[in-house]
Amino acid sequence: MSRVLIIADHDGTQLGSGTSRCVTAAAKLGAAELHVAVFAAAGGAIAKQAAELAGVSKVLVVERAENAHLLAAVLAPQVVKLAAGYDYVLGPANTFGKDLLPRVAALLGVGQVSDLMSVESPHRFRRPTYAGNAIVTIDTPPDVKLVATIRTASFAAAGSGGSAPIEAVTTDALLPTHTRFVSINAAKTDRPELQSASRVVSGGRALANSENFQLIYTLAARLGAAVGASRAAVDAGYVPSDMQVGQTGKIIAPELYVAIGISGAIQHLTGIKDARTIVAINKDAEAPIFEVADVGLVGDLFKIVPELTALLGKAND
Amino acid sequence: MKILVGIKRVVDYNVRVRVKPDGSGVALEGVKMSINPFDEIALEEALRIRERNQATEVLAVAVGPEDVQTQLRSALAMGADRAILVKCDQPIEPQGVARALLAIIRQENIGLAILGKQAIDDDAGQTGQMLAAMWERPQVTFASKLELQGDTAQVTREVDSGLETLSIDLPAVITTDLRLNEPRYIKLPDIMKAKKKPLTVTDLAALGVNAAPQFRVVKTEPPVPRARGIMVKDVPELVAELRKRGVVS
Repeated sequence: MSRVLIIADHDGTQLGSGTSRCVTAAAKLGAAELHVAVFAAAGGAIAKQAAELAGVSKVLVVERAENAHLLAAVLAPQVVKLAAGYDYVLGPANTFGKDLLPRVAALLGVGQVSDLMSVESPHRFRRPTYAGNAIVTIDTPPDVKLVATIRTASFAAAGSGGSAPIEAVTTDALLPTHTRFVSINAAKTDRPELQSASRVVSGGRALANSENFQLIYTLAARLGAAVGASRAAVDAGYVPSDMQVGQTGKIIAPELYVAIGISGAIQHLTGIKDARTIVAINKDAEAPIFEVADVGLVGDLFKIVPELTALLGKAND
Repeated sequence: MKILVGIKRVVDYNVRVRVKPDGSGVALEGVKMSINPFDEIALEEALRIRERNQATEVLAVAVGPEDVQTQLRSALAMGADRAILVKCDQPIEPQGVARALLAIIRQENIGLAILGKQAIDDDAGQTGQMLAAMWERPQVTFASKLELQGDTAQVTREVDSGLETLSIDLPAVITTDLRLNEPRYIKLPDIMKAKKKPLTVTDLAALGVNAAPQFRVVKTEPPVPRARGIMVKDVPELVAELRKRGVVS
């Protein structure tokens, strides 16, 4: 039976949704021990959230002033110290895990499986390549510690109700000072977080400017949805880059995805194909988005979206 | 200061890849190959730094088979001063590539390495971070803005929650995101000039690099397609359909 260490993602107060998805993936490895490590300046509240995830057997909290911001160069030597005795070191394949885990793997002298999307056996996994157009099955050596990032859209969030013990841990890792946090410019919003939202409304280049994106925000507010965008809309400057959905943006798996004025470039489809229901609204009947949509409507978004918002409102008011 | 830029030859961005029926990989015969788009951004950034007189030389380095010379010539045409091909005919994992790049960095006394954040073929996104770890230097992944200030750099990176800015000491490894810059187009005279620029070929053995793969690819399959959906004719029908499916109330 194996031992799994998951590196928690968090924003300083809230545990990230990625950690919960990693717990689900780890359970499929047949882990006898499933530990979550929280690196923070003050990690008590985050550790408590991790301890409540069903399946977690212990939470390790590594509190150091240097861990106030999750810098890969600072965290990696600590993760390496902690990783002794574990068979698997996992993290979510979001910008936190993608930054940190390869650095950990290299310090351990091992390779990494990126975007692990399914566990076939404890040493056989599937992962997407070519923007999800070619799925590879790979065997990993059983006698080598496996470092992997977990494709969060491929695993459900773990249940709650756990009560794992929380243990404060110190490491004697020597930390570099060559990398320093300056600032974070995080968009403030009352909307649900894009990565974990159960409903997402996205707009594309057809919105034509940032003012028109208000149509998307209004519909999203009506649905209680997060707002995303295609790369084209981000490149055109209509919305900030943290709203980008796709191969090089966020990969999401909401219950409902509404694509408005998005043609459906393969890079975008990669980011949404695990959504349960995809709705596409586009004036071009030949747009590739309709190939993946569960429900499609051809027409002018500037007429359709206000009408849709109004009609959805009737039932909710 | 010398800048190293990593170059990978990949199936062109616009090609719709097909998985071979026998599951042995994707069909590459007769398919257009190009520089990985993120690597072009890395090269463009390096060229701009040199043009601001903050670097003396831009070195393009690739690890792969002989064919990769085509992409290295393109990098030279874009403006790189010199290119090195580390020959490797076998499949190689990011860890092996990082080791090879580190060997070149040490030989060439590189002050800054700029790589793409991921290659659009294997989508692994590991090489830059692994290189930084082995080099014991800072890394800034997903960079969207880079400012050099003497021996340090201020770099803004695209993270899930927004834009994060870090200050780092050089040497360091930067990996590029889409919005760092827009790469320049290659002009015909530049292609002619590139033919005269130095492109040297070495190999893993000469660099003393062990790059044996750790993982074994068992098979490659196309993704399971989504079931064909339906088209509705107007908004009331759309809302009725969504209510029927229970996705909206």
